[in-house]
Amino acid sequence: MADYAIAKTLDCKGLACPMPIVRLSMEIAKVKVGEVIEMLTTDPGSLADVPSWAKSTGNAVLEHKQEPGLIRFYVKRQK
Amino acid sequence: MDIEKELSELKAKVDALPGAENKLSMVVFSGDLDKQLASLIIATGAAAMGMKVVLFYTFWGTAALRDPAKKVGGKSFMGKMFGFMLPKGRNKLKLSQMHMAGAGTAMLKDLMKKKNVASLDQLFEAAAMLGVEINICEMSMDLMGMKLEEMIDYPNLKVVGVASFLADAKESSVQLFI
Repeated sequence: MADYAIAKTLDCKGLACPMPIVRLSMEIAKVKVGEVIEMLTTDPGSLADVPSWAKSTGNAVLEHKQEPGLIRFYVKRQK
Repeated sequence: MDIEKELSELKAKVDALPGAENKLSMVVFSGDLDKQLASLIIATGAAAMGMKVVLFYTFWGTAALRDPAKKVGGKSFMGKMFGFMLPKGRNKLKLSQMHMAGAGTAMLKDLMKKKNVASLDQLFEAAAMLGVEINICEMSMDLMGMKLEEMIDYPNLKVVGVASFLADAKESSVQLFI
């Protein structure tokens, strides 16, 4: 585990496009700037979509981890 | 020469350029289930990306906004006929292809449930929460004898004309017609 605390875990397992980024955009507004959300998803499309979302909204994907049938994103609210 | 003044003038000009806003304007023309799904997926996705979103419902698209629970009287004969012929709300829409007398549409809805793809009901709910605006074309409603009183309850819904759409589209960085 890297050197950041997780403020909240967002479970998007089973959800299909566009719901993972819809949920993420709603939840990121509920944490403070600088805090990190752990997002769990099973949607392979989010591998491309979450970084695109972050780039467009000015937030940061610190890292992602791929496990069999599960992707974990660590997203930091930047503004 | 006053550089700062020139810079601020230039900045004002750039801000006023067409397409300067981080905004999506979409014409929702089709009343087909698949195209309505695509519209709402793009709209909610764009809103999640931090874009302002305005949907302009016109022609066959407007039937998707009818609320099956609401009944309005005082319609002309043609208005009644259109009301009878057109789908009563988003859950009565058909696929543009492979409808197969309802079997194809039912199969797709079943598949969407199994694959956990959001339904139109869920997408409209998300759109409302994300502040997606819905504008309905006044002329289409009038032509087909529809009334605002029979439309769904939605927080950002209003009736407009083509000038409103064009004003929105002009300042949007993305414009679509579906």
